Amino acid sequence: MTDYIIGHYAYWFTFILMMIGFYGMTMKKNLVKKLIGMNIFQVSIIIFYVSTAVKWGGTVPVLDLNISIADTSKYINPLQHCLMLTAIVVGVATTGVAFALSISIFKRYKTLDEAVLIERMIKDNESDK
Amino acid sequence: MNLTNNSPVLIPLLFLSTGIMTPVLAMKKEWLARWIALGASAASVALSIFNLIRVINVGKPIHYKLGNWNPSLGIEYVLDHLSAFVILVINAIAFLVLIYAKKSIESELPGKEVPYYASVLLMLCGFNGMMITGDLFNLYVFLEICSLTLYGLIAVGEKKSSMAAFTYLIMGTIAGCFYLLGVGFLYIKTGSLNMADVRAILPFMLDQPAVVIGLCFMTLGLGIKMALFPLHGWLPDAYTYAPSVSSALIAPTGTKVASYVLIRIFYFVFGITFVSKTLPVADIISWLAVVGIIYGSIMAIAQKELKRMLAYSTVAQVGYIGLGIGLANPFGLIGAVLHILNHAVMKACLFLVSGNFRLKLGHSNIFKLDNTIRKKMPWTMAAFTIAALSMVGLPPMAGFFSKWYLALGTIEKGNWLFLAAILVSTLLNAVYFFRILEKVYMKPIDSQSSNTHEQGTYHDHSVKENEETVKRDEVSPSMLFPTLTLAAALVVLGILNAIIVDGVIKYIIPKGL
Amino acid sequence: MTIPETYTSIIPLLTVLVSLAAVPLILLSSKHENLREFWTIIASFIKFGLVVIFLLPNALENKSAVINIVDIFPGVALALKADQFGVFFALISSGLWILTSFYSIGYVRGAHEHKQTRYFASFAICLSATMGIAFSANLLTFIVFYEILTIATYPLVIHKETKEAIYGGRKYLVYTLTAGILLIAASAWIYKLTGTLDFKAGGMFGESVLTPQRAVILFILFLGGVGVKAGIMPLHSWLPTAMVAPTPVSALLHAVAVVKSGVFGVIRVVGFVFGPAIMSQFGLNNILLAVAGFTIIVASFIALRQDNLKRLLAYSTVGHLSYIVLGAALLTPAGFTGGMLHIAFHATMKITLFFAAGAIYVNLHRENISQLNGIGRIMPWTMGAFTVSAIGLAGIPPINGFVSKWYLGMGAVQSGQIIPLAILVLSGLLNAAYFFPIIYTVFFRKGEKLEGLGEAPAIMVVPIVVTALLSVLLGIYPDLFFNFFKLASSIAASIVGVK
Repeated sequence: MTDYIIGHYAYWFTFILMMIGFYGMTMKKNLVKKLIGMNIFQVSIIIFYVSTAVKWGGTVPVLDLNISIADTSKYINPLQHCLMLTAIVVGVATTGVAFALSISIFKRYKTLDEAVLIERMIKDNESDK
Repeated sequence: MNLTNNSPVLIPLLFLSTGIMTPVLAMKKEWLARWIALGASAASVALSIFNLIRVINVGKPIHYKLGNWNPSLGIEYVLDHLSAFVILVINAIAFLVLIYAKKSIESELPGKEVPYYASVLLMLCGFNGMMITGDLFNLYVFLEICSLTLYGLIAVGEKKSSMAAFTYLIMGTIAGCFYLLGVGFLYIKTGSLNMADVRAILPFMLDQPAVVIGLCFMTLGLGIKMALFPLHGWLPDAYTYAPSVSSALIAPTGTKVASYVLIRIFYFVFGITFVSKTLPVADIISWLAVVGIIYGSIMAIAQKELKRMLAYSTVAQVGYIGLGIGLANPFGLIGAVLHILNHAVMKACLFLVSGNFRLKLGHSNIFKLDNTIRKKMPWTMAAFTIAALSMVGLPPMAGFFSKWYLALGTIEKGNWLFLAAILVSTLLNAVYFFRILEKVYMKPIDSQSSNTHEQGTYHDHSVKENEETVKRDEVSPSMLFPTLTLAAALVVLGILNAIIVDGVIKYIIPKGL
Repeated sequence: MTIPETYTSIIPLLTVLVSLAAVPLILLSSKHENLREFWTIIASFIKFGLVVIFLLPNALENKSAVINIVDIFPGVALALKADQFGVFFALISSGLWILTSFYSIGYVRGAHEHKQTRYFASFAICLSATMGIAFSANLLTFIVFYEILTIATYPLVIHKETKEAIYGGRKYLVYTLTAGILLIAASAWIYKLTGTLDFKAGGMFGESVLTPQRAVILFILFLGGVGVKAGIMPLHSWLPTAMVAPTPVSALLHAVAVVKSGVFGVIRVVGFVFGPAIMSQFGLNNILLAVAGFTIIVASFIALRQDNLKRLLAYSTVGHLSYIVLGAALLTPAGFTGGMLHIAFHATMKITLFFAAGAIYVNLHRENISQLNGIGRIMPWTMGAFTVSAIGLAGIPPINGFVSKWYLGMGAVQSGQIIPLAILVLSGLLNAAYFFPIIYTVFFRKGEKLEGLGEAPAIMVVPIVVTALLSVLLGIYPDLFFNFFKLASSIAASIVGVK
């Protein structure tokens, strides 16, 4: 059991990171804090992917003349890293859009606090009538 | 370079290139944006038809290797009956909505035409990519492309839209990340991202917890994207506050594409025995869907804003698709796929009608509708009536037949509660649509003096005059044409549904179902 | 009994489409009243002509025109089949449509009804749907037309757009849409059990796939589905509420097309889905007998207490519809024959009564029986026809009501059951009890404020007299016009004969 927990420490770490991010996204009232949570969340997944590529004693996947090409166990799997490059790009883009949205929200409601926002939206509803 | 061989990749490529080029080309000439979008969309419809015919003729999936890399290394695009069919549906709807878009965008989003059309094109690129790709990670990339543009398309609407888009962004990112996490687990175990490869390898490791967790995360992510109850929280606000054209574009397509991906993952990656027999995932999906059907219908009854009502109705209708997927039998799957088509057409038509209201009346509040609209916009109301009857599920409209297949599916499964839910929701749909039809086609009850019922002969003159003095004020032909085409399509699709089922959907059913 | 044959023909489809084709013409000519009504009349004549000239002779020789329009479900086509029973029903509804069309024109103009275009257009759609129901070759086609009929009738029910009308419309929709749902559920289940949806004389269950429990549930689902339109108690209450509709609507739709589609459905279910063998094997006929008997008696008692003439007629309709159901439930040749004859004969009699009620309304603006003192003297033709039909409904010869009742009675005797016979006798007395006071009132009480008022317009009176005359002639010689009797007995033989 202890071995199991220690043996998977990277997963526990990413799991904790992910939960912190998830907490931030769902529970925090300030929109910017939500975005920070979102970034932590995304980063945790990136770390998760990258951690799965690790091999003990492996090296970067660049041809080394000392190691035979067929001996793939000596090279780290490059695919996860490539995938995560894309994921990082996606994350940056999402964050960008999110900031644009929060700026637009701030322009319209003059606040980024969720409770105040909801209050003002309800007020709007009433003035519509 | 050969068009036939490369046809699978052309649609996403077309949308990607035009989407990026639009802001550049239309920098000086803003009117060009619309024509680029229309042109690309028309071309995509033609290509989709071509693809579908090609698949039908070949009779088996067409695999296309991107850049000629072999699948386990490179990305593969797969054109089979399912993807070719749904792609055609989505592109055709998008094309009709784009024809419609001009006046509505001009009035709701003045000066934003160019970025708007560019985003629409990118969104379509994302949708098409999601549907055609045979690679799990590539699907994620396209998912994020379309999500990002969706946030933008929603956020340009009325005042509350930016907040709606923000909520959607948070939910959407969670969905995307969950999906990505699920793919990660699958990749750890199978060492491949290609759907066909994974399908081939998975049977040997289905008992592994990582595979189960992967399935759960992917289902959860896609559930959010397709607004499956109880993960639908983002949907009502987003559809309500988005500009009319965005609602009309996203409502019929967005949730459908996610449903498509769910079918793809369930039936073609994990295999249906695994999701329905080994694990009760399919059962859970269908139970949630059934609750969603009832919940969505009841919430729709409680709404006073037409677009919000339609949004909740979408939650209910997505429930039908979810139910069909979860039933895991041929009739259920046919019903689900047919409902993807039918619901796309119905919802597009209804959202276009609400767009017509917004343009001509300045609102789409159900309580402010009255019988003058019937005179003002007779054609719009005719389209609304047909679409409403179809939503209720009355033959010979299209909506009836998908319900019929689903009903057969539930009986096949032997679950009478599901059957009852499908049928009861018919009545609930009738409540919220006939409520509007009553308002539009009949004299307002309040204005009737108490003694009119004695003599049906003579009428309240004030109302009558009001109704007769109203001038016809129908929307322009460019908006009316798509609305009416969709309405007419509902009747045609209803009568010809067997041809579609026999010609295309039948081949979708995977072996062993 | 001749062997049933089929031949492919487009005539059944044309019969359905004729009135549908009239709809756009009616809508387009909404500004020109005469032209608009011209389309209605033309369509009704063509429709009737198609049935009489092309379909009836072949149906008499037991040849059915069949047409598969398009598959609407893999293996199940939207198919029309003009078998004897279908032709029988089509004949009645299309024939009476002609008379109703003339009468409607007089009524809506006399009463200055609004939105007349919508009225005539919906009417035409209703008739198309009724033809479709009559000729449906399978359950799915039946459902399609059944639901179209539901929706097309709705604008007619709410026509007046008053609070009562809207309430009546809502009630109507709730009842009929629920019925539609049950029908869909039942059909889907049947498909699962038998793999087919085609109607077949004598039942569609080849080998018995039914368990007693299943059979009862399935039958109740079907009964709920078709029983609402057939006005079986306790599913009848939409019918009196829907009487807020204009009188021609009540006449044709609530005495002929809609409710008769319901009983038509009941006979289809009894004779062509379950079949007499299965019905008696699982005791389903007893359920039907009990329901029908209950409805006949209770409806008659409720009718006794009505003062509003149309409501009285509505409850009388509810009672008489169950005569037909009762006839089917007896599962004997004479029972089926009587039931089917009653479809036709009740139609001619009840339509006369409704026409008369409408004529009174247009002419005098009176709806309650207590206001009708002495009007027989100023409207002799109308009230004469009324009397003839009322006598007929009570089952007194020589009116046609006697004939159908006689066969129903014979059916009861054949089946060896006493209770149905007693119900028939009792309800005959009750019919007399609620109709004769009206006749007494209109002819022998002294009326008030009737000076200067005369008969209703000729365009209304003529159809009234014609239908009353039809009732008498058919009573004397049931085979006179269209071999109703021969058809009915042939259908009965085909249902009961094939085991």
